[in-house]
Amino acid sequence: MKIFNWVTAGLAVLTLAACAPSTAPQAEGGDEKSGTLQVWLFDEPNRAPKEKVIQEAIKEFETANSGVEVEVTYIPTTPARHEKFKGAFNDPASAPDVAEYGNTDLAEYAAAGGFADLSADVSAWSEGSDISPDLLQSATVDGKLYGVPWFIGVRALYYRTDVFKELGLAPPTSIKELAAAARKVRAEKPDMYGMAVGGEYTFGALPFVWDAGGDIERLDSAESREGVRAYTDLFTDDNCPPQTCASLTGGKTVELFASGKAAMGLLGNFNRSAVDAGPAAGKYAVIPLPGAKAGSVAPAFAGGNNLGVMKSSKHRSLAVEFLQLLAGRTYQTKMYGAMGNLPTLTSARDQIAASDEFLLPFLATVSAGTKFVPIDPAWVKIDNQKVIPTMLQKIVTKQATLEEATSEAATAVNAAFGRP
Amino acid sequence: MTQVVVPAGVRHPRPRSGRARRFAPWLYLLPAAAVLLPIFGYPIYMLGLLSVFDYRQAQVSGGEPTSFIGLANYRTLLEDDKFWSILAQTVFFAAALVIATLAVGATLAVVLTRAGRWPRLLLSFAAMAAWAAPAMTGSTVWMFLFDADLGLVNQVLGIDGFNWFYDKWVTFGVVGATVVWHSFPFVMVVLYAGIQAIPPSVREAASLDGASEWQSFWQIIVPMLRPLITIVVIQSVIWDFKIFTQIYVMTNGGGIAGQNSVLNVYAYQTAFGSSEYGLGSAIGVVMTLILLVITLFYIRALYRTGERL
Repeated sequence: MKIFNWVTAGLAVLTLAACAPSTAPQAEGGDEKSGTLQVWLFDEPNRAPKEKVIQEAIKEFETANSGVEVEVTYIPTTPARHEKFKGAFNDPASAPDVAEYGNTDLAEYAAAGGFADLSADVSAWSEGSDISPDLLQSATVDGKLYGVPWFIGVRALYYRTDVFKELGLAPPTSIKELAAAARKVRAEKPDMYGMAVGGEYTFGALPFVWDAGGDIERLDSAESREGVRAYTDLFTDDNCPPQTCASLTGGKTVELFASGKAAMGLLGNFNRSAVDAGPAAGKYAVIPLPGAKAGSVAPAFAGGNNLGVMKSSKHRSLAVEFLQLLAGRTYQTKMYGAMGNLPTLTSARDQIAASDEFLLPFLATVSAGTKFVPIDPAWVKIDNQKVIPTMLQKIVTKQATLEEATSEAATAVNAAFGRP
Repeated sequence: MTQVVVPAGVRHPRPRSGRARRFAPWLYLLPAAAVLLPIFGYPIYMLGLLSVFDYRQAQVSGGEPTSFIGLANYRTLLEDDKFWSILAQTVFFAAALVIATLAVGATLAVVLTRAGRWPRLLLSFAAMAAWAAPAMTGSTVWMFLFDADLGLVNQVLGIDGFNWFYDKWVTFGVVGATVVWHSFPFVMVVLYAGIQAIPPSVREAASLDGASEWQSFWQIIVPMLRPLITIVVIQSVIWDFKIFTQIYVMTNGGGIAGQNSVLNVYAYQTAFGSSEYGLGSAIGVVMTLILLVITLFYIRALYRTGERL
C-alpha cells in the first residue's frame, strides 16, 4: 500500500512537470515579397491628420511595390496596449509586421523577444546616420537596435502671459522663482492654481529629481530627495492643494492649464493643440523648465515613439522598407505638420525649427540635455506598480515623511531590478 | 457492479443494497460534475500550476525558459508587507460590505412586505435597475455623482471642489455605497420571497400574542429564514471579498498611494500590470483558499446547529 502511495505521488509530480505552463512557439520569420503587410500604429486623440499622412505613405509604398497591400490597425495608447502587444508576441499569427511603440516600453518588449534587431538595416540606411547616437541609444537593448525612433516628445513650462503681465511677474529663471510666482498667482487669484502639479505625474516630477542630481535608481540619495522635495513643495494650499492635486495625472494637469484653471503647467510640445482649443489659447508662452540654479534648464524626459519590425514578420525586407519610408525625412516632416510630432532626424528638426518659433523652447530643452528611464524590464514594473506616484502621494498627503517615502520607493525600485 | 436481485412479488422498489445506495448520488451528480469540473477545475488547476513557476512575460512569449521554483512565489508574498496590509483591509472592507448589504437588503425586504402596491412596484423597479446595471456603468455613474467639480452631490451640498476620493475612509465609504447599491437587490429579493413563503397565520399568531414588529422580525422571521440568510451571507462574503470593478474604476486602480487597494486589484496589477503571472497566480490561490475556509466554516456551523442547507 505504501509503495502504491509513492507511485501515485511520483506520477503526480511527473504529470505536473509534463504540464508546465505553455510557452508561445518561437516564430520563424520569413521574407516574402508580396502579400499583406500588417502595420500597428497608435490611435491618437486626434487621429484624422495622422491617418491622412499614413494613407499617403501607403499609396506611395503600394505603387512602388506591386502585389503588396498595407493594412493599418490603430491600437489604443492606454495600458491596454500592453495586452495587444503581449498577444502579438504570444500568437505570431495575429502579430503585425511593423508596429509603433512607446520608447519606455522597449525593454519589456525586447526581453519578451518580440522585435527584430534592426542594427544592420539602420546602418545600411542612407538616413540612418541622421539620427543622433543618443536617440538610437534609447532604442537599444544589450547592443541590439529594436526600432527606429520615429518622433520625440519633450515637456517644457507653459505659462499664461496675460496673468503674468497683470501681476507684474517675469518668466521664472529658477525653481525658486517658479514657486514664488506660483504662490503669488494663487494668492492674487484664488480661483486659479499657480502651477498645475500632479501626484500621478511621474514625468512632471522626474525633471526636478534629475535637476538636483538625483536618479530613479537611487531615489533615497540626498540629491534625489532634494529634487523630490522641490516638486512636492508645490503641493500646498497656496499653490495646488493636495486635496485636489494629489490624484492628478499628467493628462489632468494639461486639462487644468488648457481650461484656464492654472497659470503654469509642465506640458509637452504634443499638447499644443489641446491648449489652443481652450480658453488659454493665444495667451500663453513656453520656456524650458528652469532648474534650481538660476538660468539653468532642468533635464527633460526624452519620451517618444519608435517603429519596430516584429521578429515573427513574414515580410522582413518589405517591413523594413515601409518602416524606412515612414521614418524618412519626407514623412517625418509631414507628421510634424499633421500632429506636431518632433522629428528624430536632425536635419528635419533643424529645418522645422527655422520655420516654427513655437518649437524653440522645446529644442532648447533638448539641447540642454535630456534623460531617460532605465532601459530595463524593471522600468515597466516600477511604472505599473506606481512606485513614483505612490512616493509623491504619500509625501503630499503626509502619510509618510519625505525620508520614509523615498526610502520605501528606493526599496521597491531595487526589488523591481531584482537587487537585494 | 453486482446485480441486485429483487425478490418476486415485491411491488414497491425496496431500499437497495448498501453499495448501490452509495453509488446512486454520485450517478446523479455526474451530469453536473461533467460540466462543472472542466469549467472550474481546469482554471483552478492552471492557477495552482502557474503559482509554482517563474512565469513572466518573457516566459510566456518564449524569450526565456520557464522554470519551476516551488513555493518561492508564496514566500515572496508572505514576506511582502503590502500584501498583508491589503489582505487586512480587504477583510475589513468585505465584512463591512456584507453587514451593510444585509442590513439594507433585509430592511427593504420587510418594507416591501408592508408597502402598498405602487410603492412596492416602484421600489422593486428601482432595485431591479440597480441590479441590472453593469458594475462598470454603475461605478462610472457614481463617480460622476461624486465628482469634485461637476458632481451632483457637491452641487446639492454646496461643497464645490471637495474631493471625495482623497481621504482613505471617505473613499472606502463612497465605493462601499456603490457596491451595496449593486448588491442589495439580490438580498432583498431572496428575503422578500422567503418572507412571503412564511404562512401569514404564524405572524398573525405572534402579533396576537403581543409581539412587536421588531420582536416578530428577530424571533419569527429570522429563524424561519435561516437557510436563506445563510445562502445570502455566503454569497455576499464571496462577492464582497472578490470586489474589483468598483475599486478599480472609482479609485483609478487603488486610490492615492494605493491606499484603497484590495486583494483582487492587487492580484490583477501584479499578474497583468507587472506581468508577474506566477506571483499573481499565487495571490489568486491564497484568495481561493481563504474563501474555501470561510465556506467550510459556514457549512460546519450549519451542521452543528442541526440546520439543513
